Amino acid sequence: MALNNETIQKKLVEKFGEGFFQFEESYGMLSFEASKENNLKVLQFLHDDETLGFRFLTDLCAVNYPDQIGRELAVVYHLHNLAENVRVRFKVFTNIAEPDIFTATKLYAAANFMERETFDFYGVNFVGHPNLKRILNVDEMDYFPMRKEYPLEDQTRVDKDDEMFGRG
Amino acid sequence: MTEHHQHIKLPEGSIEKQTTTLNMGPTHPATHGVFQNIMELDGERIVSSESTVGYIHRAFEKIAERRPLYQITPLTDRLNYCSSPINNMGWHLTCEKLLNIKTPKRVDYLRIIIMELSRISDHLICNSIVGVDAGAYTGFLYVMQYRELIYEIYEEVCGSRLTTNIGRIGGFERNFNNTAFTKLEKFLKEYPSVLKEFENLFTRNRIFMDRTIGTGGISAERALNYGFTGPNLRAAGVDYDVRVHSPYSSYEDFDFTIPVGNTGDNYDRFLVRNEEMWQSLNIIQQAYQKIQEFKGAEAEVFHADVPEYYLPKKEDVYTKMEALIWHFKIIMGEVDMPKGEVYNSVEGGNGELGFYLISDGGRTPFRLHFRRPCFVYYQAYPELVTGGMLSDAIVTMSSLNLIAGEMDA
Repeated sequence: MALNNETIQKKLVEKFGEGFFQFEESYGMLSFEASKENNLKVLQFLHDDETLGFRFLTDLCAVNYPDQIGRELAVVYHLHNLAENVRVRFKVFTNIAEPDIFTATKLYAAANFMERETFDFYGVNFVGHPNLKRILNVDEMDYFPMRKEYPLEDQTRVDKDDEMFGRG
Repeated sequence: MTEHHQHIKLPEGSIEKQTTTLNMGPTHPATHGVFQNIMELDGERIVSSESTVGYIHRAFEKIAERRPLYQITPLTDRLNYCSSPINNMGWHLTCEKLLNIKTPKRVDYLRIIIMELSRISDHLICNSIVGVDAGAYTGFLYVMQYRELIYEIYEEVCGSRLTTNIGRIGGFERNFNNTAFTKLEKFLKEYPSVLKEFENLFTRNRIFMDRTIGTGGISAERALNYGFTGPNLRAAGVDYDVRVHSPYSSYEDFDFTIPVGNTGDNYDRFLVRNEEMWQSLNIIQQAYQKIQEFKGAEAEVFHADVPEYYLPKKEDVYTKMEALIWHFKIIMGEVDMPKGEVYNSVEGGNGELGFYLISDGGRTPFRLHFRRPCFVYYQAYPELVTGGMLSDAIVTMSSLNLIAGEMDA
């Protein structure tokens, strides 16, 4: 039986029960969300299950949603089953005050640098990571630059006074 | 002799220390880029190694959150700068996926020609540098003029050579001219003999084989766990190629094989890259043939019909109001994107290059993340070199095809 989004969804609901996940599908990729305490359980199941077999971690990154109070940070895993050629996206949300999330380094060695990068830019604290320190930014940096609270300079000009152009 | 010794004040404990710490990088001739390895050596054998990256971090992901789609293309140039066109087109393909744009077949084939040319130039550099680091400089010089020819083709198509900023959302900024096709024909005609000569120098060369066989090897299982992609993964025996697994830009129309190795060592990586160059040549030939089969108006198509994202013709911009308005809107990024989340990947020169784009319906991405292949697989480097000789670690580093620009984003 070929692995498709419905089968994955059914398998996950079977294992963890209704209401455990929020599913959605965007551009053909199944995307689901679970609570952050359960991220390792879910990843372990996705990795170990015979039919699912998501043994390849393609990508791991974080997103900052400043407007969602209590769930400001999302950690996004992109997983790939190479044999069946199916990808899924798995998300966990955390509040920004206590951004603790279990590390996936034990399951996927690839997660090591990716989690360090995510920590570096968003301050997500990966509990159990063997070497959680900054990777791309300087060690002395004392903030997490990709968070939305540090906006880039506005590109619209403010130094042009309309009066100078006869429009005042 | 003894007099000298009395003047040297050794730090405390250094007499007892049995190993030597060696800093390789950040600017070491063998790193071919700016990154550092701190190695602990016992004689010439590596006991442990730690990698430091980030020396040329340029905050592309942050910058991209303030830029409209077109202004992000030049950022992608600077990831893997040995094959910028693949990055550019990967980015445009991601935008097209988000915007639901279908490109005409001729555009796909033209893109494939450029992408495969860049794959050749990428592998060419990597493999010849492996030779240089193993002490054989000649191969590097033999092939360089054909990279030059590839760059000349880029120049005809987009006007620049290294950081190409090639193409547009929906296709190319202009059609390929005759010079481009003539140069392509020249390349197709002359390159096979050069590549053959390059192979003659290395593939069965006793010294080269002794240097590379059995060094820097990795098993398929470890390679997958480490997130290896591209030639490095295939050298370990896993036939994963984005071009075949999730075909983009009409790769499904082409007939080519995916070379795989089995030990994942430096020699296998070298062989896989060499064979991929032959396959790329094969693909370019097929694509060129397919392009010649288009007749009439179809033979002039070089972009999709997407006026909201594709810049109008310059003549029209200067003479027509509508075109001028659209030109302005596109350049200033005043077009809203649809809301959505999309992950799209292409087979880059050194692996799966992914773009994770989140749009909240605004004019710039809400979040853009680059999945940079060599950032992911570089973390395996300590495991690859520990227990081996220092001189093998140098060859391993170059055969992994590590590009600092891509690693540090």
